[in-house]
Amino acid sequence: MIAAHLPVLVVLLPLFGGLLAALSRHNEAAFWIALVASIATLAAAAALAGQVMAGGPISYRIGGWDPALGIEYRIDAVSAPILLLVAAMGVAAIVYARRSVTVEIIPERVAWYYTMMLICLAGLLGMAASGDAFNIFVFLEISSLSTYTLIALGRDRRALLAAYQYLIVGTIGATFYVIGVGLLYLSTGTLNFGLIVERLPEITSPRALIAAEAFIVVGIALKLALFPLHAWLPNAYAYAPSSATALLASTATKVAVYLLARYLFAVFGIQRSVGPISVADALMALSLLAMFAASLAAIFQNDIKRLLAFSSVAQIGYITLGLAIANEAGVTGAFLHIMNHALMKGAAFMAIGAILISAGSSKLDELAGIGRTMPVAAGALTVAGLALIGVPGTSGFVSKWYLVLGAIEAGRLWLAILIVASSVLAVLYVGRILEVIWFREPAKRSLEAQAVPLSLLAPTLVLAALTIWFGLDAGFPVELASSAAKALLGVSKGALP
Amino acid sequence: MRLDVVLRVTTKFILAPLLLFALYVQFHGDYGPGGGFQAGVIAAAAIILYGLINGLAAARRIVPDAVLERLIPAGVLIYALVGVAGMFTGENFLGYNHLAHDAVHGQEWGVFLVEAGVFVTVFSSMVGIFYAFAGRRRA
Amino acid sequence: MTLIDPLIALATRGVTIFLMVAGLYVVIARGNMVKKLVGLSLFQSSVYLLFILPGKIVGGTAPIIDPAFEVYAHPLPHVLILTAIVVGIGTLALGLALVVRIREAFGTIEEDEILAREDAVRVERDE
Repeated sequence: MIAAHLPVLVVLLPLFGGLLAALSRHNEAAFWIALVASIATLAAAAALAGQVMAGGPISYRIGGWDPALGIEYRIDAVSAPILLLVAAMGVAAIVYARRSVTVEIIPERVAWYYTMMLICLAGLLGMAASGDAFNIFVFLEISSLSTYTLIALGRDRRALLAAYQYLIVGTIGATFYVIGVGLLYLSTGTLNFGLIVERLPEITSPRALIAAEAFIVVGIALKLALFPLHAWLPNAYAYAPSSATALLASTATKVAVYLLARYLFAVFGIQRSVGPISVADALMALSLLAMFAASLAAIFQNDIKRLLAFSSVAQIGYITLGLAIANEAGVTGAFLHIMNHALMKGAAFMAIGAILISAGSSKLDELAGIGRTMPVAAGALTVAGLALIGVPGTSGFVSKWYLVLGAIEAGRLWLAILIVASSVLAVLYVGRILEVIWFREPAKRSLEAQAVPLSLLAPTLVLAALTIWFGLDAGFPVELASSAAKALLGVSKGALP
Repeated sequence: MRLDVVLRVTTKFILAPLLLFALYVQFHGDYGPGGGFQAGVIAAAAIILYGLINGLAAARRIVPDAVLERLIPAGVLIYALVGVAGMFTGENFLGYNHLAHDAVHGQEWGVFLVEAGVFVTVFSSMVGIFYAFAGRRRA
Repeated sequence: MTLIDPLIALATRGVTIFLMVAGLYVVIARGNMVKKLVGLSLFQSSVYLLFILPGKIVGGTAPIIDPAFEVYAHPLPHVLILTAIVVGIGTLALGLALVVRIREAFGTIEEDEILAREDAVRVERDE
């Protein structure tokens, strides 16, 4: 019985976990509930991925209603890797949270904190699982509202400000998205992705569709912090509690990218042009700007959490660049980088979180020589940093390799050169961190740093190890990413003329 | 406020009809405007009115915080459990057809129970928001 | 079908667009955090109208099947917007809660003043 209900279970398990954690009102109990729920979710996501790889897309009708009337959940080769990634990062973040919340969250709020993490996971997984445009909006808002709460729980008072700013921007983004969905609904009379694609060719006047595309793409771009709509992201990541930052950086923006890919390839068609420029060209220009401008901004940051946040904006640029290249190698690179970047950024934010908890600071100038007193956390940060640059032997190299390959296959050598050139900027900002934490005489804070508990280090090290493993043996992620790319490009041919 | 006889007496008269009206809106939701959302807000309005007139402490004696904070997730839990119950009767999630002897009655039961869950969560959220804002001192 | 129906439809369309643009303008132009949230709510209300409007069928009644009626309004947009309204209320409540906390932490809800104070604190620390 369970196997047939997996598409909805993957959303229900974290939801039930969140509700039970809230009902328990007990910090320790809430953690174990959260852990069990997230591991069960991961198992469900893994089983789903297996089913999809073996037997193709799975459709699940909520309440047994026909897709034309009701909500259909649809898991295919594109959404299965995203589900797997989000569920896995959820487990890692919750294991990490057990120790970090004792320092960062007021005890009365800890149970609610786990509730918010799980509901955020449920929202993100729902966005990936659902095949209904409006249902996705609801899940988007579920995950966003819990995200605002998670950020506001940070101990710095500026966390409140960051949460408020994100709330304003995020709500505008979600509302833009739902306006676009409304226009699509008015044009096609359905909210189901499959039916929308079927009915699009019948539409004679494209004006409503162009407006819908503009609203939806801008709305999602706000959510995924595409340059220049990224202003909310650095503060949100910098002031949120460590475990929340690790969770958000590795899942929230990734699911938004997935949604963008789904709309651009499956619904609207990426090569469609509005006026003289095509959507792909506009996306490519913004991606390149993100890669260079955000990397430049990262170089001048003093707070390592902010530095990594700006680096996230730049790395999202690589992902959207892969989508804009729009051939098989490019999209494979984009999906690879979704997974690899989640792992490396998760490891980086967890490592700096451990340092923040032990040494009391995440400022670069106060952490000189921290590598000598906290070699393990600093080591994980180093591995993640090298992967951000794209050093061979780390997963970052593999995804950039595919991006460069895609650019060359598309006949754009200059693009390949720009991808490599932008990595030089990553060398600068990662190099600054590495120089300070390893090669300087230990500062006062570094010497006073306390030992890091194992429960903080374990998930950090697992993610760092995966970053290296997927750099040396990329078979598994490449298989997932290339089947996602094939599925996306396959439907793209049947989309708009 | 404590000395305002008119307000206190009027409130006493209004409270009971208000709660009754909430129940009417809740159960008449199948055939007219209404349902869990509206009924929850109306019932919460009764508690909020009581709190405004008699003070927050008095309202907290009727609906204590500990109960409230359990009711919020409990309502969603009712909703989700009804959905899961559909799964155990061989339907998909939120499928109500097999909850009773035939599909029409099954749907009716499903929606009725779901609305009960909605009522609980909306009621407790509204009262919770009132407590959270009214309980703060001016900074 | 009377003459008044198309006029109402036209007016509602105008209101939709006005709310959308005015709401967004308020969010961008105002520094007061409560006013920003008011603008955000206006902006969201325009979406409710955008969805509801095409669901209205002239002469249609509430979609509860009864032998006395033949034409019904389209129920789906109403259901969708009921959901969207709840989401909007959740957002507004959370936003207002944040504003209350910000006021307690910073002593003001003017965005410019908060940023100015934060800058002043930063300059002091650097010196």
